[in-house]
Amino acid sequence: MAQKLPHRDVVVIGLGWTGSILAEALTSEGLDVVAVERGPWRDTATDFPPSYAPDELRYRIYHELFLQPAQATLTFRNKIGQEALPVRSWGAFMLGNGAGGAGVHWNAETWRFLPSDFELRSHLVQRYGAGFLPPDTAIQDWGITYAELEPYYDRFEYLCGTSGTAGNLRGTIQPGGNPFEGPRSRPYPTPALKQGFSHKLFAKAAAELGYKPFPQPAGNLSQAYTNPHGLQMGPCTYCGFCEWFGCGNYAKASPQTTLLPILVRRPNFEARTNCEVTRINLSRDRKRATGVTYVDSSGQEHDQPADLVLLCGFQTWNVQLLLLSGIGQPYDPVAGTGQIGRNFTHQTVSTATGFFDRAKYNFNPFVAAGAIGMCIDEWNGDNFDHGPYGFIGGGYMGQVQTNGRPIEKTPVPPGTPEWGHGWKQAVRDNYLSTVHTGTGVHGSFSSYRDVYMDLDPTWKDRFGRPLLRATIDFHDNELKMSAFLTEKYAAIIRAMGANQVVSEPRKGPYDITKYQTSHLCGGAIMGTSPADSALNKYLQSWNVPNLFVQGATAFPQNAGYNPTGTVGALAYMSADAIRSQYLKKPGPLVQA
Amino acid sequence: MRTLALFICLLLGTGVAHAGSTDEQDFDLISRGRYLTVLGDCAACHTARGGQPFGGGRPIETPFGTMLSANITPDYATGIGAWSDEDFINTLQKGRGRFGQHIYPAMPYTYYRHVSRDDAKAIRAYLATVPAVGNSVETNQLPFPFSIRASLGAWNLLFFSKGAFQPDLGRSADWNRGAYLVTGLGHCGMCHTPKNMLGADDTEKALQGYKLQGWFAPNITNDARRGLGSWTVDDIAAYLAAGHNRFAAASGPMAEEVSVSSSNMSHDDLRAIATYLKSVPGQGHEHDAPIASTEPAMRTGAAIYADACSACHTPDGAGVPGLFPTLNGGASMQSEDPTSVIRVILRGARSVATAGAPTGPAMPSFAWQMNDAQVAAVATFVRNAWGNAAPIVTPADVKEARRHLARRP
Amino acid sequence: MGRLGRRKLLAGTAVSLIFGTGCWLDGTPARAAIVQGSLPWQPYAGDPPAGIGPGQWHFFSAEEGAMVEALVDRLIPPDADTPGGKDAGCAVFIDRQLAGPYGRSSRSYMRPPFRDGTESQGPQSPLTPADRYRMSLAALDAHCQAAFGRGLPALSPDAQDKLIHGLENNSLPMQGPSARAFFELLLKDTRYGFFADPIYGGNRGMAAWRMIGFPGARYDYRDWIDRHNERYPLPPLGIAGRPAWSDRE
Repeated sequence: MAQKLPHRDVVVIGLGWTGSILAEALTSEGLDVVAVERGPWRDTATDFPPSYAPDELRYRIYHELFLQPAQATLTFRNKIGQEALPVRSWGAFMLGNGAGGAGVHWNAETWRFLPSDFELRSHLVQRYGAGFLPPDTAIQDWGITYAELEPYYDRFEYLCGTSGTAGNLRGTIQPGGNPFEGPRSRPYPTPALKQGFSHKLFAKAAAELGYKPFPQPAGNLSQAYTNPHGLQMGPCTYCGFCEWFGCGNYAKASPQTTLLPILVRRPNFEARTNCEVTRINLSRDRKRATGVTYVDSSGQEHDQPADLVLLCGFQTWNVQLLLLSGIGQPYDPVAGTGQIGRNFTHQTVSTATGFFDRAKYNFNPFVAAGAIGMCIDEWNGDNFDHGPYGFIGGGYMGQVQTNGRPIEKTPVPPGTPEWGHGWKQAVRDNYLSTVHTGTGVHGSFSSYRDVYMDLDPTWKDRFGRPLLRATIDFHDNELKMSAFLTEKYAAIIRAMGANQVVSEPRKGPYDITKYQTSHLCGGAIMGTSPADSALNKYLQSWNVPNLFVQGATAFPQNAGYNPTGTVGALAYMSADAIRSQYLKKPGPLVQA
Repeated sequence: MRTLALFICLLLGTGVAHAGSTDEQDFDLISRGRYLTVLGDCAACHTARGGQPFGGGRPIETPFGTMLSANITPDYATGIGAWSDEDFINTLQKGRGRFGQHIYPAMPYTYYRHVSRDDAKAIRAYLATVPAVGNSVETNQLPFPFSIRASLGAWNLLFFSKGAFQPDLGRSADWNRGAYLVTGLGHCGMCHTPKNMLGADDTEKALQGYKLQGWFAPNITNDARRGLGSWTVDDIAAYLAAGHNRFAAASGPMAEEVSVSSSNMSHDDLRAIATYLKSVPGQGHEHDAPIASTEPAMRTGAAIYADACSACHTPDGAGVPGLFPTLNGGASMQSEDPTSVIRVILRGARSVATAGAPTGPAMPSFAWQMNDAQVAAVATFVRNAWGNAAPIVTPADVKEARRHLARRP
Repeated sequence: MGRLGRRKLLAGTAVSLIFGTGCWLDGTPARAAIVQGSLPWQPYAGDPPAGIGPGQWHFFSAEEGAMVEALVDRLIPPDADTPGGKDAGCAVFIDRQLAGPYGRSSRSYMRPPFRDGTESQGPQSPLTPADRYRMSLAALDAHCQAAFGRGLPALSPDAQDKLIHGLENNSLPMQGPSARAFFELLLKDTRYGFFADPIYGGNRGMAAWRMIGFPGARYDYRDWIDRHNERYPLPPLGIAGRPAWSDRE
């Protein structure tokens, strides 16, 4: 039987980036906030100190920082009609866990989406006509503009201390930055990271081909930084153990380095760790959330009543909890009805590997950072005329090689045997002189009517609840886009001077074992009307106005960038709306 | 457990009502008293972990055994509600209990004798307003023979000079205020002044550093190498206010002092303290030449430092201001006594988080990774690299420290 | 090396236990770590890996161990500069991994039913890696005994290579998991052992890292980010240190 706990003003489900941002905003309004986190508390010196953080086997191979599928997973299939099967070990994406969430293990690639990304459908229809969109498309506008979101991008970047070179400062194009970015009100808080040999070589080759290369915006800081909360971050040491790992020297932006130390000091904040929320409770008329039910590590169930419920988990778990709690109408892909589960998207990542003459090139690939790299944006979003190519979407591309960890980064040229002397010699010969980027091309992923999430009919989690079921495959549009972009990318690697370039465009079917990124999006998307979205522009549930659903869950489709910058900006925008509007007059902030 | 160099007062909790005479409407007096309890860091000893403010009962570690702090709330039966102002002033300034009995100098009356009568009355006035807590504490937990109070009379004859603070009219008001605070209410020397066999301050070596509670409270004179010589008045004030400055981070007992006391002091008082400390001369010392970098321990230590330490403290030991302490220079690295350096390498340490410096960065433990010789080598290295100079740390020192620290909570 | 660091749960001033105030059906109060007031910390905190020394097999039988040593030494053969899989400790590494959470699939979702799906849906077997090694090594041994009248370790390197080719191209008849599946599993784990930190028993002497020029568990390349196309000079570092940490001559 559930133990009834004293009422709180706000309950936050999940203490990652968005949970921390919202908890900070609302505790500063004087509200009592309790955060319920499924994983453990995590802190720099005690959980990933430099003495044992750089451990490829433990963190990269065995996924130490991630949620274990034994605790929670989902099922997967490519097509409607196929039987979905459980994801028994992680492959295509990694799901964070514990205080800090995915903000602990991310690369810290801190991008803004393009202005046209937010008005994607209107923009494309206007430029190319509705007939140009792929069949079965479900893309739509976000219900906000870049201009509305800009102040919140700015706030997230200054929270993080993001290192980069501005490309468009209040409408004026800046040398060395990304000329395609939307106008920014301020420069990045810290200058761009330094770049290694291969990154510089990529930039040189790209420039010679007529592109405008620029440093990737990074939450691995180029220098020490004090954020607006007075929290101090250190300079990145280019250790090459960043993504999949926690940062041992306070140099990567994470809730640990940018928010949690001030949050815990506030008497009106409390975090409960190793507690898993199993249900959002609703009033009898299902129009109000009354709080949450969670299970602690001893198995005891608790009811935590609250006035405001903030769903701040990872995309998958947000969608699952909405479905399990009976909030909104589940999406039905055949009828095209319902909102919860629709517009599920991921990313279309591809790469090309360049093998160079080892007598002339030594890249020291281990000297790197999670968001190091030189990029170009000519083939992203709608920065180019798609008319001749017959697809929509795009992606940034670059030499963003983030590590030289040897289990992962010992590629060998095609034709090398898989074992024996030949393999050993090839590994020895190529390790230092190969450009091997995991995500050389960071392609977008359009939304489609038949790519979605619902509850699985067969498999259950440890509480006996149905697992979430993901139905996802690549459509021709994405495969065509990937082929085109990857060839553009390979041409730059070739121009760098590689002897041999192995191009690997993304191929179907979507494979749950092949890592792309952990950028799962959608499932409870934002929009202008409850007819085609689950949330309004402030991430407020249309159905349950005292519920706000944070994160990439709200993206109607995924752009050709890493999502965290936009996730952070949306969280700040949502927090501002709660502070300035909702708390004064609780209720729907947008009339349906 | 809060440790002080010596003992705590025993305040017998029963007696005839004879309450203080303060008018509880005297806002000015009471609020001044409240600030004075901050300056005196009273809560550090008299508030138990998780206990009521000033309710006593906190274990105080001394070289002679553990005592418990007294309840100084206005509770009649178990606190000091029944005391007169004069009783209170006698305790503070003379080390005498309410019935004239000697109290143990873990209660720093050897410092508080400098507290003026006015200030003492203000403290009393404030304490009379805090919630009364019924908590009967038998402070004297010492083993025989230290449990015999009579010996304290002799101790006082030897080591306790009575008398109020005498300002030095040749010095600035700032300096005099600093002297009043450092040698009086602030009782800095309780931790930072070496003690003799009987636990009394070695006044010849005031503020030159002392080992207690498994730490070495460093030299805080103006000594160029072992003391605060390289810090400006502003550096010292910033450190006391926030627990961090561009060089150093407070952890251990100093973290608690910053947290409870100095972070709540006024800027003027912090500058006054700093001004006074900068005027206390250092003393010549041995080991002024660094251990040669060719020594085996230095070579090994240099390798370990480059591999295990430089990612935070930077290759040249400069550190990162406010985050990773500076190791090249300063008192904490170059103390004669390496206790604190060994300790933080073995156990790790969390620096204090304050409103002014909320990060509270922590140093991880290396006890699992490095053996005694390795800890000794890297400790020797950081104490003798980049112009530092301090005695060698031996594997035996580390072995002993491991044994000692394993018994500490 | 002392081992003081295993995570000590939920201590320190900032983490407390919450004890519910109501009635408890089973009489035990529910507990959750609460973080409030300050960041949790306690001395010796951390969860470093336990060092693995040589010694007896933890998972393999003596016969299995000998087979795996022979196999890993052909997958990664010794040469003039670098030891092979056996001397690099790959078999010890695999043995210790199979004796731990990896061998038991303890972090994976292992609830039934288990049904076959498409390749893109990933492995769906109830067998753990420990099961697979046990079955496949037995099957391989049975094959060797039947075909050659002796075990795999007693065969010539050429004959061993032929067997591995048979695994690789799935032509070797095997009971249980397919030959190819065992090849992939063994090759993957052998490479992990070769390249993982030596604290796990493989990559002995950091030989694999020295072979390719990877400096290991270093955490500070600030001096090298601007030095392009130069060979990095320092030797590799492991989680347990490196020889220079102990060289006091």
